[in-house]
Amino acid sequence: MATERTLPGAAMFRTRIALRRLQGTLFVVLAIAVVAASLASLAFLAADVLGRGVGWLDWQFLNSFDSRFAERAGIKAAIYGSVYMMTFTLLLALPLGVMTAVYLEEYAQDGWFRQPVQINMSNLAGVPSIIYGLLGLTVFVRWMGMGRSVLAGACTMALLVLPIIVVATQEALRAVPSGIRDASYALGATRSQTIWHHVLPQAFAGILTGNILAASRAIGETAPLITIGALTFVPFVPEHPLDRFTALPIQIFNWTSKPQTAFHDLAAAGIVVLLAVLLTMNSVAIILRNRAGRAAGGGRR
Amino acid sequence: MQASLYTERKLSRRNRARDARERLIAGVLLLAASVGVLTTAGIIASLAGETLRFFQQVSIIDFLTDTQWTPLFSDQHFGIGPLVTATLLTSAIALFIAVPFGLIAAIYLSEFAPARARAVIKPALEVLAGVPTVVYGFFALIVVTPFLQRFIPGLSTFNALSAGIVMGLMIIPLVSSLSEDAMSAVPASLREGAYGLGSTRFEVATRVVFPAALSGIIASIILALSRAVGETMIVAIAAGQRPVLTFDPTVPIETMTAYIVQVSLGDTPYGSLSYLTIFAVGTSLFVMTLVMNVISHWVVRHFREQYD
Amino acid sequence: MVQQVSEATSKRQGPSLPDLIPSATPRVGMPAPTDEAIEDAAIEVRGLSLWYTRKQALADVSLRIPRHQVTALIGPSGCGKSTLLRCFNRMNDLIPGVRIQGEIDVDGVNVYAPGVDPVEVRRAVGMVFQKPNPFPKSIYENVAYGARINGYRGDMDELVEQSLRQAALWDEVKDDLKKSGLALSGGQQQRLCIARAIAVNPDVVLMDEPCSALDPIATAHIEDLMRELAQRYTIVIVTHNMQQAARVSDRCAYMLAGDDLIGRLVEYGSTEQIFRNPRDPRTEAYITGRFG
Repeated sequence: MATERTLPGAAMFRTRIALRRLQGTLFVVLAIAVVAASLASLAFLAADVLGRGVGWLDWQFLNSFDSRFAERAGIKAAIYGSVYMMTFTLLLALPLGVMTAVYLEEYAQDGWFRQPVQINMSNLAGVPSIIYGLLGLTVFVRWMGMGRSVLAGACTMALLVLPIIVVATQEALRAVPSGIRDASYALGATRSQTIWHHVLPQAFAGILTGNILAASRAIGETAPLITIGALTFVPFVPEHPLDRFTALPIQIFNWTSKPQTAFHDLAAAGIVVLLAVLLTMNSVAIILRNRAGRAAGGGRR
Repeated sequence: MQASLYTERKLSRRNRARDARERLIAGVLLLAASVGVLTTAGIIASLAGETLRFFQQVSIIDFLTDTQWTPLFSDQHFGIGPLVTATLLTSAIALFIAVPFGLIAAIYLSEFAPARARAVIKPALEVLAGVPTVVYGFFALIVVTPFLQRFIPGLSTFNALSAGIVMGLMIIPLVSSLSEDAMSAVPASLREGAYGLGSTRFEVATRVVFPAALSGIIASIILALSRAVGETMIVAIAAGQRPVLTFDPTVPIETMTAYIVQVSLGDTPYGSLSYLTIFAVGTSLFVMTLVMNVISHWVVRHFREQYD
Repeated sequence: MVQQVSEATSKRQGPSLPDLIPSATPRVGMPAPTDEAIEDAAIEVRGLSLWYTRKQALADVSLRIPRHQVTALIGPSGCGKSTLLRCFNRMNDLIPGVRIQGEIDVDGVNVYAPGVDPVEVRRAVGMVFQKPNPFPKSIYENVAYGARINGYRGDMDELVEQSLRQAALWDEVKDDLKKSGLALSGGQQQRLCIARAIAVNPDVVLMDEPCSALDPIATAHIEDLMRELAQRYTIVIVTHNMQQAARVSDRCAYMLAGDDLIGRLVEYGSTEQIFRNPRDPRTEAYITGRFG
């Protein structure tokens, strides 16, 4: 109230607006710095790996088995192992995951069974991946006698990614407008017909996205494969589901653990391949998600 | 759908067949849905069986109180202490990075960022969580450690510091996205109320929205801790394989997960005592992470504010 | 209770209150100043227009709101009365794309003048919302919040007690000030929000349909409170409820949006005049319940 006309009642306060405004400005600066630093370290990681690895990336690298000599080593066995394992993983996890989600969303809406299954799913998502490795080692490798095979690895991975597929599929099913179900029922369709003919096709993009995310998780996982005993040195291509195998991340781990720099560069080259695969898969997932979002948006809002 | 509505026999018979098929499908789906439950049962059974066999040979008191972990030496000691402290050390370093970074990013994204910036920053941060952990392990050992050695001359090639820092980087998006969800869920009416009393945006964010979302934020931090405790490849590659009871972040240590990796890579005979150790360690790890996950869910459910 | 209120308020700086007899009698029939008679305006609006991005919502509103009285903004849904209310404390600034033309003086200070910070405006012009929105903090912290952030110089305990007394809530909560504000009943929550608003010593208190989420008993409580508060504060209330406007307000502003959906001030005058003999036929139609 001293110099200019101030707003009423101000005398009881030291409002110090400028100072308080400054806090906000400083916070935004800090936050942008924090986000930039996180993303910069990611960029730095990518640049470093590219710088080290790109010189090794050639047909010879992609088409050779591992070797004691860095110049002759390649990722052929790892690529085959990863592709086989991924295929089996999805063959197992996709139907299981989608069926689980359909049961939870379309059948067990208010059954006593739903709650425990749902809680169990979210707890499974929080179990460290290496524990799945111990499960696989005991159940698939030992009890079921699969040995340290591609199939044992795929079974382990399938259980590991199951929660991802279930959650993604549930979300996709929930996004399907209930009007579609009602319309189908009104025409005399049974529940399974409704789901198969109308609900699942509508949820297709969302389910696919979930599966791609699950696959990319499985492709990058290392620890459970080490535990079930995937090999680190494999000079052959697995030809049978019960053959022993290696996978891309295992190969990268193996080379990283060696003392020679040349192998570190090989590891970097392997990482470039792995990240390129993941980037492609995730881009596809994002595109699908955006497309699905637009489609669902038209129906729901 | 009621058979009585139809007089013709044929139709009713077809309906009965149809009902049977429907029941069969529901049964198959139920079976599929129980795989998740079976998985949990399998985890518990496989861990419990081998762990019980381990404790037939090693006293549980030694396991919990001995300060040495040397199952692979001739002078065997089975004190899990060094593995647990190593795990807590790397996790603490990771949270030291991930919590402030993640929370600042979350507050910014939820309360400050314009929609366009959010649309770019959110997925960009998620990428951090999508990078395979073996890649982070490489990064920690081959890039971060040599870099840190320039400033910390005594830093060993394998150390908790680099592993913890890189792990922190990895879990930033976990903290940021879950905390942001919690803050976005705070009703807009509270923000209005705070603005109406003459709050700046910063005060609304830090004094009203943040405390109101505290339960979700704490849950996200516990989940991040659980994630760090269970993380394997980064520590297996970059933190070392020396189980010593220390809180010195510059020397090699061995976390619980790294020990399981170490034994899995060696040729330990099936059923031997050292084979059984990985299950005892695995069980401890499983219990630790399970407890944290349960606490985190409980915090969310129990301390969530009820705005009607 | 009346006794306590006057005790509490007398401690406070500013004009002392001679007496605080809650006026349960309807305001209709009591003498009230006409538009021309407003000498001491707490708020003066001149030529106010407002746009949400491209769509215009208010056109050329001008009115003078008298000090220490209750002024009601009435009119059918979508007439812009809430939008107008939210101009007085610049709450509309928080909505992206809002543009404003014209002037609003609060105590002679144009709150839209360059250099005036909306944060300061909102401290001086308090607001109570449609739905009670106490913070998930203790009752004490709810009341102390605004004073804390604005750097209150006095004794906080005293301020909290005074504010709760003025909001007629002290007796009900004095023994558990540490209890969460969310644990109170709806009516108590709204009085807590009133206490919270007056704790920052505003000149004007805006109320945006403050009783619409409350039961009739809680509503009566808040209405009595409004009459009491009018002795110290200028109160502007938005309400849908004609009886409420008649019961609590000294003056009424009737707003209406035409076919163009742009809100305009149709008629403004003493509550008695608006309800007894509205000059504009549209006001009459609304008052008598023919539409709205």
